Amino acid sequence: MSNNNIVMEEGQPRLKRSMGQKAANRISNTIIYILLIVISVIWLLPFVFIVLQSFRVELRGPVGYVVPHTWGLDNYQRLLTSNFKKWYLNTFIIALVVAALQTVIVLCMSYTLSRFRFKARGPLMRFMLILGMFPGMLTMIILYRVLKDLGMTQANALPGLILVYVASSGMGYYVSKGFFDTIPKSLDEAARVDGATRSQVLTKIILPLAKPIVIYTVLTAFMGPWGDFVFARYVAFGTSSGYNVAVGMFDWLSKDQIGQWYTTFCAGGVVVALPVTILFMCLQKYYVEGVTGGAVKG
Amino acid sequence: MNRYSDLEYLRLSKWQKFTYKLASFFLAIPQALKNAGIGIGRFFKKIALAIGGEFADLVKTFRDGDWKTRSSYLVMGLGSIARGQVLRGLLFLLFELVFIVYMVLPQGGVYWLSKLDNLGDNGPHKEMVMQYGQSVETFVAGDNSFRILLYGVLTIFFIVAFIFTWRLNIKQNKIAEGIIKSGKKLRSGKDDLHSLVDDQFHKTLLALPLTGILVFTVMPIFFMVLVAFTNYDAEHDGLNNLFTWVGLDNFNTMFNWTAGGKSYSAAFGEILTWTLIWAFFATFTNYFLGMLVAMMINKKGIKLKKVWRTVLVLTIAIPQFISLLYVSKMFAKNGLINLSLINLGWIQPGHELPFWEDPTWARITVILINIWIGIPYLMLIATGILMNIPQDLYESARIDGANPVQQFTKITLPYMLFITGPYLLTSFTGNMNNFNVIYLLTGGGPTNASISTGGAAVGHTDLLITWLFKITMEGGNKYYMASVVGILVFVVVALISLVVYSLLPSIKNEEDFQ
Repeated sequence: MSNNNIVMEEGQPRLKRSMGQKAANRISNTIIYILLIVISVIWLLPFVFIVLQSFRVELRGPVGYVVPHTWGLDNYQRLLTSNFKKWYLNTFIIALVVAALQTVIVLCMSYTLSRFRFKARGPLMRFMLILGMFPGMLTMIILYRVLKDLGMTQANALPGLILVYVASSGMGYYVSKGFFDTIPKSLDEAARVDGATRSQVLTKIILPLAKPIVIYTVLTAFMGPWGDFVFARYVAFGTSSGYNVAVGMFDWLSKDQIGQWYTTFCAGGVVVALPVTILFMCLQKYYVEGVTGGAVKG
Repeated sequence: MNRYSDLEYLRLSKWQKFTYKLASFFLAIPQALKNAGIGIGRFFKKIALAIGGEFADLVKTFRDGDWKTRSSYLVMGLGSIARGQVLRGLLFLLFELVFIVYMVLPQGGVYWLSKLDNLGDNGPHKEMVMQYGQSVETFVAGDNSFRILLYGVLTIFFIVAFIFTWRLNIKQNKIAEGIIKSGKKLRSGKDDLHSLVDDQFHKTLLALPLTGILVFTVMPIFFMVLVAFTNYDAEHDGLNNLFTWVGLDNFNTMFNWTAGGKSYSAAFGEILTWTLIWAFFATFTNYFLGMLVAMMINKKGIKLKKVWRTVLVLTIAIPQFISLLYVSKMFAKNGLINLSLINLGWIQPGHELPFWEDPTWARITVILINIWIGIPYLMLIATGILMNIPQDLYESARIDGANPVQQFTKITLPYMLFITGPYLLTSFTGNMNNFNVIYLLTGGGPTNASISTGGAAVGHTDLLITWLFKITMEGGNKYYMASVVGILVFVVVALISLVVYSLLPSIKNEEDFQ
């Protein structure tokens, strides 16, 4: 760079500099392309491995190669004969119900905190901030005992899990509140002047505009239960029919089962990831909007 | 440290400027703590004053009020009914009736509160009972400490709710009296109902979410904090064997620094240190590398921007337990990587790379894999912010002869740090409690024998949160110790948040950004 400056000061033709810059630019672009390709490979490779290994027939444990020697659908057939079907159904039902209910709750919460100015608003938000600093895991112990008293554990874990996921979901209002904050308040005020009630403002004006954040909330709420491991395991502990996919498949990789179930785990992983991923890719735009908008607003 | 004036500061060399900034950051921490302390003190003073004000108002309202208002001190809602606000009054009255009935029931509020002082006297035992004219030994269930504590907590919440409602009832009487005196009309029950979808719509909207949070978050946390002062564990489960209050014993156990090697205090010290190291690296490696990737993709002249982004975003879609568990097994002793290396002849069997067996290897591997997990999110966030930086800033910087590195350190980085300050804080505390990554990758291992307490096996990569989980699951389910750890996690997170919040520039000017 200092060389360039000297060139400029001496009044040399500008051409030289722009030529040099062009070359430098080309080199840096090439380096960036190489880096991006390497990054893409690193990020995708494990998933390619999972897919490839799910088709391996000859050995069921971990091995030192990736491409199967014999291809087949044995592992997928094995999924059908194991408890996997039940786990999958459990998770799917939980995810559907949670997606519906959690969206309603989160939207109620975030819309109110974004739009209404009432006396308890500030203290309420501070209180929830402090509440969020407690490790939520701690509450598992008591929630489990209470759910057990209500008969919502082990084989009946489904309603219990849904209840707990949904009930505390109001705490996660930050992202969608950030979104509502960006919708101009003058819209509300104009509608109010025209005689709309507060609830009409929400249903007629805000909700149609809030499509991206509604989709974002539904999507994240739907994806959450597929990955929940700790609480689901705690609630359904020891009863296979109450497991979700994460809890059930976790055991397949335990020390004494991995030799028999490793490739089945890969097949299960594919079956679990496929619908979620397709849904996610279709709605990617909204997810990106939510993450980029929400994180900045905090 | 001597403070420099602005002019003196500008004359310092780059390195001196950096050390000066760093030193002033750390020197500001005591002040920030002091401010936080003062803030908390003020908060309590404010509350005390508010309560005093309420009492004064209660007395004043009673003195000045008419018979309708005064009767409401005893029978809630009577004043409202007498003034024609029947719906409101009936609701108040109903609440009071429910409260009284609940309190005096044989297994009601008073019963649970009376048991709360020692969480039950008689556990399950055998008793001589007269049956068919002769005494027979029968099994009697006895008290249940868990229920006593649970319903005790419920009753306390109920009483608090009652006091608030009672206060509200009196306040409304006062207001109604004022309205009538000034000659205006009171709102009817129909108006009240209508206001729930209009002026008071926020109450309707918040009712359900806040009830959920109260019942499934606030009360459990309150309960678990109380558990830290009991001896509730697998043996004293409250059902077969009662548990009871033990005062500060559990905190003494936790902070008994003289106990040496295998004590809780030693384990806590080590785990807290690693938790902070982990949170630091997990947050900042992701942050800077994510920013770098975003900048590479966003650079002018790079094609296929959408493809690169989609590849990374794709990895977010796949449930974490699949990717984490799979990668964890990939790095295992008999996993894909080690076996491939043996196949290639690069390492000998028996000399596998100890990704999960060696403490240092495990810690580094965990941080590296966390980068793999975290960069896509950060890339998205950084992309959003980078696009918002006004381009003319760069334009003028280029005209002034700033090179790309200078542009980054003088424009991009300050801008990013300013906007993402709060995000960095939440992500730091989030990483401190990042259960999934640690538990699914290493399960906390490799075991650290020197600090593993009677409670649970502690590993080199255990965070406070996984330690807490292990304490509840292993070694006699010492719930009370788990609760102590939980409270400590809260204290640590709260302290860090308080200090950082008071030092962050973007918090002070939050409104500017909205």
